[in-house]
Amino acid sequence: MRSILITGGNGGLGLGIGRYFLDQEADAKVWLGVRANRANAEALAAEFPGRCTLVDLEVTSKESWEAAVATVLESDGRIDVLVNNAGLHRDHLLAAMPDEAWSSVISTNLDSVFLGCRAVIRPMMSQRFGRIINIASLSAILPPLGQTNYAAAKAGVVALTRTLAKEVARAGITVNALLPGYIATEALSHMDEEAAKRAKAGIPMRRFGSPEEVAAAVRFLACHDAGYVTGSALKIDGGIF
Amino acid sequence: MAQGAELRQKIKETMVEELMLDFDASEITDDIAIFGAGGLGLDSVDALQLVVAIEKHFGLKIADAEKAKGVLQNVNTIAEAIEKEA
Repeated sequence: MRSILITGGNGGLGLGIGRYFLDQEADAKVWLGVRANRANAEALAAEFPGRCTLVDLEVTSKESWEAAVATVLESDGRIDVLVNNAGLHRDHLLAAMPDEAWSSVISTNLDSVFLGCRAVIRPMMSQRFGRIINIASLSAILPPLGQTNYAAAKAGVVALTRTLAKEVARAGITVNALLPGYIATEALSHMDEEAAKRAKAGIPMRRFGSPEEVAAAVRFLACHDAGYVTGSALKIDGGIF
Repeated sequence: MAQGAELRQKIKETMVEELMLDFDASEITDDIAIFGAGGLGLDSVDALQLVVAIEKHFGLKIADAEKAKGVLQNVNTIAEAIEKEA
């Protein structure tokens, strides 16, 4: 049995990653970290009784992380994979950015990754095995206007990933980041048809990616055979550069 | 729970195995410094792994850096801390 914890478990990407593991690995046990909104996660858990479970997780809280990881360890006796996927946007031009838009984005996208990694490092060291996959963003290296907060947080995630990878390499733990570009989830649903057309025109593949395509990369980085891949930042963006 | 020489031998074996050291447990004396150039030459990354390994194999929790400084000096100090907690 492989125990897999995914944050942002009620969102499109988190659900896509969870479903992919459940479909592809018969021995995968998926924990979806959720807050107040949990209807989508509950629906997925109902499809896979005994293999998919919700766990309360406020990703910006140290105490919540400790409780969630303790729940997983009490149940499964181990935690093999952590996917730090939770995140949010609050786009504003910097000159007009409210303090709260800066701090909430840094906290939810970057502090959460620090807290999550710290919460699982000791159990993973004790197992002498672990896979941490941090979902960053293409914005970390190609930031659009209005995303100083989000781009800074995601670039921080990439830097954290590379540094932590060195710190835990000897313990059998790999740490990698994924940088998705435009992925067809509810986060893009606000985009009108004209804007979507313009966005696709800037992508060499002329289409948005799917959550399954991100999930496939997550699963590769989470597998035993990817044990020599660590500290990497993999773009999944249809060829934008 | 092992004590005395038997405990010290187990600690050395644990260090070699968990930290993947490229020398034999018999080459580690009870009082050789774990860190620093004059000793085994382990670093801060090894220290964290050692803390986790000591808890896993001997049940001794080393909760903060101050305690770690005292316990992780050499095999003797680790053994004494484990015996004290037992």
